[in-house]
Formats: sequence, C-alpha cells, structure tokens
Amino acid sequence: MSRLITRRNFLRTSAVSGSGLILAGCDQFDFLADKSGPARQIMERANVLTYSVQRAVIGEQTLAREYAASEIRQGMRPNGSVDPTTPEYLALKEANFAGYKLTIKGLVDREVSFSLAELRNMPERTQITRHDCVEGWSCIAKWTGTPLGPLLDMAGVKSTARYCVYHCFDNIQRTLSGDILYYTSSDLIDAYHPQSILSYGLNDEVLPVSNGAPIRLRIERALGYKQPKYLHTIELVDDLTPFGKGRGGYWEDTGYDWYGGI
Amino acid sequence: MSQANAATKPKGPLIYRQSIWTRVTHWVWAICLFFLLLTGLQIFNAHPALYIGQQSGFEFENSVFKIGAVNTDAGPRGQTTVLGQNFDSTALGLGMSGNAERPVYTGFPGGVTIPSYRDLGTGRVVHFFFGWIFVATIFVWFVASFINGHIRRDIVPRPSDIAGVPKDVVDHATLRFKHGRTYGPLQKLAYFGVFFVLFPLIVATGLTMSPGMNSIAPWLLDLFGGRQTARTIHFIVMLLLVAFFVIHILMVFAAGPINELRSMITGWYRASPGTPSSEGDKP
Repeated sequence: MSRLITRRNFLRTSAVSGSGLILAGCDQFDFLADKSGPARQIMERANVLTYSVQRAVIGEQTLAREYAASEIRQGMRPNGSVDPTTPEYLALKEANFAGYKLTIKGLVDREVSFSLAELRNMPERTQITRHDCVEGWSCIAKWTGTPLGPLLDMAGVKSTARYCVYHCFDNIQRTLSGDILYYTSSDLIDAYHPQSILSYGLNDEVLPVSNGAPIRLRIERALGYKQPKYLHTIELVDDLTPFGKGRGGYWEDTGYDWYGGI
Repeated sequence: MSQANAATKPKGPLIYRQSIWTRVTHWVWAICLFFLLLTGLQIFNAHPALYIGQQSGFEFENSVFKIGAVNTDAGPRGQTTVLGQNFDSTALGLGMSGNAERPVYTGFPGGVTIPSYRDLGTGRVVHFFFGWIFVATIFVWFVASFINGHIRRDIVPRPSDIAGVPKDVVDHATLRFKHGRTYGPLQKLAYFGVFFVLFPLIVATGLTMSPGMNSIAPWLLDLFGGRQTARTIHFIVMLLLVAFFVIHILMVFAAGPINELRSMITGWYRASPGTPSSEGDKP
C-alpha cells in the first residue's frame, strides 16, 4: 500500500514540477535580457562564433541570390524609419536632395564627398534581391546604385581600419533627452562586397523617402537592419565602442547581433 | 490489487541499457529544446505569420498561418488563421492574452516565450546559443552512436520491426509494455523519425533562413522552395517535436517513470521478467 502512495506522490510531484518547467517561460528567464549579465555575455559569444564560422566558410565575394524580374510581386515594404523629421533631413528633402553629400571619412588617406549627381554618374549596378527583415518577413525588390568598394578606394582606406560605421539622417527614436539617430556598421568584407551598393533607385524608380532616399546602402548577405537608409556619412574606424552604446549600431545597441548574417 | 505478491513477482534482469553518450546527449538536448522552443516562439511573435515561397505577401496572398487580433462587437479577440480559415483563439491565448484590464496582443502568450515580454534581440541571442549546442550535440550523438552501435542496434528499424508494428500498436493501446534489451518497433520508428528526419530538417530549415548561408548554399532555398517556406517548415517541425515530447513523456509515465528515468540517468534498466540474461547484467 505504501508503495502505491509513494508512486502516486511521485507522479503528482513530477507532474507539478514538469508543468512548472513549461510555465517557466513566464519570467524566470527574463534576466537573460540584461545585456550586462554574465549569462547573456556568455550566450552572445555564440554570435561571434556564427560570424567567425560564416566568414570562414563563405567566400568574401560570394554573391547573394539574385532573382528574376517576375519575382518582384509587390512594392518594397517600408519598415523602421519611413519619414525622418530632423531639420537637416527636411531641408534636404525640400530641395529634392540637391544639397546632399555622401562623406567618407575617418581612417582614410583623404576625406571625400560625393553629391547625388556624382553618385548617379558612377558605374551602376542593378540587382534583384530578397530583403530579409530580422522580424522574419522577406520582400524581393530591384535595387540600383553604385558599388561602395571603389568609393572607399578613392578615399584610400588606411590599413588600421577594421569597420565602416554608417551614419544616417533618420531619428529612429525620439527621447526626452533628444533624438537618437540611426547608425549601423559592418566589417570591410561586407563593405567591399560586389553587391554592396549605394542605392538610389528602387524597382526602376527613384528611391522613395519611405525606403531611405536619397541613399540606402545594401548589404545583401545580411538582415534588413544592416541596410542603412538615409545614409550620409561612412566613417572608417578600428573600434566600434565610441558610437552609441558601443555595440555597433542602433538595433545592435538594443540587443541584436552585430553581424546580422543569420 | 496485486501489491501483496509484488515482492514475490519474478524480476527481469537489470541491464545496462543506455551508454553515457546517450544519457548526456539526451539531457543536453532536453535543455536545448526547451530554450529553443520558447525563444523560437518569441522570434515568431516578431512577425506572427507564415508563408509559402521566397517572400512574404503584403500585396498578394501566400500566407498559410497567421496569428493576430481583430475588433469584434464583443471587443478585441485573438484570431488565428490557418489556410484561410479564421478561428477565435482568445481561449488559447493566441493573438490576445493577459487579463481583461490589461490585454496583451502577441502571437503566442508571454507564458511560453523567453523573455516573457517582446524582446526579439534576446530571443535571437538565446536561440542561436542553444542552436549551436543543439547541433554540436547532434554531431556528438551521431559519431558516438555510430561507433558504439546504438544507431544500428536500437534506432534503425529492421524488417522484423516493421513486421512487428501492428502487434506493438495493440500492445501500446492496451498499455502492455515489454521492457526488452532494445527498443520496440514503435519506439524505433519514433526515434528514427526524430534523429534522421526532424532534427536534420529543423537545422537545415533554420540555416536556410540565414542570408549569409543563402549565399554559400543557395541550393537550400531550392530544396525547401524558398526562404519563407523554409520558415514554415521550421515551424511545422517544431510542432512535430512538441508532439513527440508530449507522447514521450506520456510513455515514460505509462511504462514506469522510475525505471525509465533511472535508465536515462544511471544507464541501468529493469527489463521485463523473462528477458534472457546476458553478460554484464545484474540480478
């Protein structure tokens, strides 16, 4: 008799603790969201592993898939900032971006700037690619622009440079202490990738404001948050910590992985 | 009842059934899959819809599953759409959860996501961390189980196992379990399906969602019929693994939880009376 009760107790205890494990998702693991916590720090090492492994197995020049024109079945879905309201951007937009300059600075031999007309007169590349948002959705669109690599060469990237930081016009977040402007960054492999273009055209039309006018950088082997819209300055650096909260980008500062290739 | 003669009941031999490799990988997987599931639902909640094809239809329809919330005459309700059919899923917490004063509108409710609130960044960090451990453990298991014979002996069904399926179905339906030296036909089929179909599928479809991997292995996109189809398959395999888990736990309880747990912790398993003894067994 006692054996039966023991087993029944065991079953009951197991069931209760088992359901506790299932319900544990409630909030027991919310501490993992604390980016300074030790568990989170260890887990973020997996992002470094992903980056290292993908860089090791994927060729520097390996292209993202390009699609047929028939695969463009809808407009490019705008997301994130769709209509920046900083005075600087509004003034440029008012003048149809006549005064726009793209600047390349930082660890370069000479700082260079290009107007929109100059960028449009440079060698052009058109690619129909799939844009993958970190949220999970995808959208195929045709992007036209000029490759970034030759422009970096014109500026002369110093051998100490390790990253490009992309500074943007859009106030992605407005806080009591002021606007937070969008920025992100990449390594030089992504910057020099043949499909990394400074796009000014989308689906055979001028790049609209909602998709990043006048210039949006495409980094086709990464997720959407690595495709900075409203781009105005590319800064070559050897350290990402001085920018924002030091994680290499606006979304990266909120906890997204820096590499963004997965 | 029969406790009176339980002591005198003949016992089968105590056999060393689960190798250290099987036991360690089992529990590592259990932890990994727990975190992968709950962070996976967090990631799904960032865009709670599944599609067929390369892209997500915003101006055309190619979705096969969607969780959202709709306004009705009775106030907001959670709504789940499967293959174009709408279901009120408020009772399940899908699309709308929380209490009446403070409803929460997410795909899956916070009780089954990590973190409990919307935090895609954390969900991804934890998902990929356990994803790596999960894949490494699969690798270790396959190498060890190939070498020590676990795959050949216990996992790959033999013709005699296939022939034995009908009887095994009847035995399971009547809760008559035979505790033998190796697994029964249905057990073998279930584990074979998990190791050789579901695990490889969930890893491959996961990799197919990586734009980096797409560049080096675009054939994965073709194999699964597009990135969004891969995402849908990833989700379906998750559901199948959850179904496996539920049945797995039910069977552990039905077949004798102490004996089953002991075998997966110490390796030693009490076989049914009448099981022929062999070298290495304990009485």
